[in-house]
Amino acid sequence: MRLIELSPPGRKVVTGTLLFTTEDIIRFAKKFDPQPFHVDAEAAKDYVFGALCASGWHTCAGWMKTYIAYWTKEVARLESEGLIAPKLGPSAGFKKLQWLKPVYAGDTITYSVQLTESRPLTSRSGTFINITINDGVNQHGDVVMRYEGTVLEFA
Amino acid sequence: MAGNEFYFEDFTAGRVFPLASKLVTAGEIIEFAGEFDPQPMHLSEEAGRASILGGLSASGWHTASVFMRMMFDGWLSRSSSEGSPGIEFMEWKKPVLAGDTLSGRSTVLESRPLRSRPGIGLVRFLHQVENQRGEIVMRGENPIMMRLRAAREDAA
Repeated sequence: MRLIELSPPGRKVVTGTLLFTTEDIIRFAKKFDPQPFHVDAEAAKDYVFGALCASGWHTCAGWMKTYIAYWTKEVARLESEGLIAPKLGPSAGFKKLQWLKPVYAGDTITYSVQLTESRPLTSRSGTFINITINDGVNQHGDVVMRYEGTVLEFA
Repeated sequence: MAGNEFYFEDFTAGRVFPLASKLVTAGEIIEFAGEFDPQPMHLSEEAGRASILGGLSASGWHTASVFMRMMFDGWLSRSSSEGSPGIEFMEWKKPVLAGDTLSGRSTVLESRPLRSRPGIGLVRFLHQVENQRGEIVMRGENPIMMRLRAAREDAA
């Protein structure tokens, strides 16, 4: 079955929720993005964000983490019902990634995915490109992250 | 940050800032994927070879995160960065495979002071990351907020 049959355009699917602890924020940032406002709560007060907050890449990786958990369960569910799950491939990139609000220590982000468009890839027959809107919302209901993702699908 | 080398005023259109180079190991690929993107081609050489990526390959989000570190080590740590509101686009052009050594550059496209935040300006960059064969593996554009040197002098 095709993704567009499983997930009609405009239907928002919540993929999961992730708590960003101080420890997780600092651990990620020390590896990949050690700017003061991502690794040092005291120093962060002197910057625009005003307090320790997650690297934007950490927020994005969190979307992926909940998506894979959701998709793994979804594939198992479809197979248990005797259906053939959509065969999704890698992504060629993303557009319009907005980090709309900082993700502060202690924030809980609920992520979602929404298919907007699916079309055949002209350069590779039997392959489709799916466009999705992916977002993350904090415990106050504020959208903290949103981007337009792409994922390949094989017929 | 005290002792910054690059403020908003230094990011003139066309100026190129090299990224630090970085070897991406199998262990790092598997560690990142295990936490954030546990798909087979990011977790084992065998599954990677069976996929269209052709080998144990880094999650795109891992490549983006490694790029961030290459930018930090290359020049961002010596700048007056105040973080970024987003990424206009990012393309994963080729797989990043275990053992690849990445390098690259950030090129200033344009800059403007922010009306909404006195003392801060927005600098737009084109970022390019390539492998040891000179192939572009990732490219993207994004704005970064930079504190003005003038603002620092006002505060002093």
